Amino acid sequence: MKVEQISIFLENRAGRLEEVTRILAENEVSIRALSLADTSDFGILRLIVSDHEKAKKALKENGFTVGRTSVVAVEVDDHPGGLNQILQILSQGGVNVEYMYAFVQQSAKTAIIVFRFDKTDQAIELFGQKGIKVIPGDVLYNL
Amino acid sequence: MIYDVEMETLPREDLEALQLRRLKSLVERVHANVGFYRQKFDDMGVKPSDIRTLADLKLLPFTEKQDLRNHYPFGMFAVPKENVVRIHASSGTTGKSTVVGYTNRDVRNWARLMARCFVASGASPKDIIHNAYGYGLFTGGLGAHYGAEELGATIVPISGGGTKRQVMLMKDFGPTVLCSTPSYALVLYEAAQEAGIDIKDLPLKTGIFGAEPWTEEMRRDIEDKMGITALDIYGLSEIMGPGVGIECNIAQKGLHIMEDHFLVEIIDPETCEVLPPGEIGELVITTLTKEAQPLIRYRTRDITRLEQVPCRCGRTTARVHRMMGRSDDMLIIRGVNVFPSQIESILLETEGLAPHYLLVIKREANLDTLEVQVEVDEKLFSDEIKILQRIEGKIVKNIKDYLGVTAQVKLVEPRSIQRSEGKAKRILDLRKPN
Repeated sequence: MKVEQISIFLENRAGRLEEVTRILAENEVSIRALSLADTSDFGILRLIVSDHEKAKKALKENGFTVGRTSVVAVEVDDHPGGLNQILQILSQGGVNVEYMYAFVQQSAKTAIIVFRFDKTDQAIELFGQKGIKVIPGDVLYNL
Repeated sequence: MIYDVEMETLPREDLEALQLRRLKSLVERVHANVGFYRQKFDDMGVKPSDIRTLADLKLLPFTEKQDLRNHYPFGMFAVPKENVVRIHASSGTTGKSTVVGYTNRDVRNWARLMARCFVASGASPKDIIHNAYGYGLFTGGLGAHYGAEELGATIVPISGGGTKRQVMLMKDFGPTVLCSTPSYALVLYEAAQEAGIDIKDLPLKTGIFGAEPWTEEMRRDIEDKMGITALDIYGLSEIMGPGVGIECNIAQKGLHIMEDHFLVEIIDPETCEVLPPGEIGELVITTLTKEAQPLIRYRTRDITRLEQVPCRCGRTTARVHRMMGRSDDMLIIRGVNVFPSQIESILLETEGLAPHYLLVIKREANLDTLEVQVEVDEKLFSDEIKILQRIEGKIVKNIKDYLGVTAQVKLVEPRSIQRSEGKAKRILDLRKPN
């Protein structure tokens, strides 16, 4: 039920992000979701892509430091309180969110939220109990 | 075991009395027989009779590698040429090579010191020693060779090169001790792997590695891969060759210096002041017993630290820390001496790995600043900002704690291009013009 996310270390200087997207484009890898966390010196680009193996290999060959993390993607109804419901479940279950990012699907009826948890398996179990729809990796990669 | 129990376990008082006796005689000899030293002593107004205690050593001049070059080839000899039985020379990569001469007695002393080293490594006359140090003008091969014979062990004088054959003979002869550079040990390991031989299955138990700088991480790597105890040996041709010091296999902590033959000091490479035990600086060696080419206060340019605490192996000799770098690499940052190797060991301790790094030194508003750029490789990388920032903070704190210097740490992307040129550039000093 987990989704593989790749993360890339970027120095904070002009052209680095463009270099990543250029390599992905050349290798015909599509970006499904992304988030960029930054400090004054460096940033971490987190991506969910159509083919994470291929993306990781191509980026590494071009000298980037690439990591891989298991994250959890859930589908939420796109209306007020949708996200709050999810976070309530997590806080009651004692699961901490390390980071998260969200995007709205083309249909615009639901949003997808990508979570990185301290206790990933426990979070998935909680979602299962509460009937929250967890999106498998294969579905997300091919959106 | 200890080869020369009397000399290697002398109480410090007795050792110092012996050193003083030998130093006085040495100073007389070089003053009488070496024009270079006589001139230096006269220029400084020092007479051999001024040396009354070991502390008077500081009255004597230093000897530098350049002095040996200036007196190329035989100008530093203290005996007539007919008494010299052997010549060695260093490769002159940065200029003319430096020549060393040995009398018969020098060669015998050297063999005994190398025998001490073998025994300190755990070897005995029963061992077979695979000697992959190069034979020839380089001191490594013959130095280890004579020491092994002195001990009565079996020596395989394979020398360097011919790696496949080396592996085959290691399998067939079953050596228990390997002498080589640490990097060649890894070459042998890989060649053995390719030939389908696991060195762990062979009788090999000890590696005596020297002739190039190496790190604790490399030691662990070699020990894990080859299933042996890896020991660091130190020597330099100008002084004698291998056998000036070695780690014992009991403590494996610091190299025991053969102090009855070598008087060692640690100096501040900038001010040339002698530093107290425990402080990091340049190793300076006076050869107490060398006949053919004795040297007074030879500046090795090697950076280390001296400890005079007796070792649990029973030896009372002073120990030096594994060589940490070359004094030519020393940086002075806000008055504090910093060696790139110190930063490297802090990085190693902080994250348990030796990352690639660059030290950038600038002068901002008349203050020196040190920026440590650390390459983020996959082992260091995390997808969480806070973890990377925690690593930065830990490095800053450790540099402050260990070196007393406030540094900025900047995580950077790997720079594959710089490394392909061979030796990585570690320092970018922007304080200097150009």
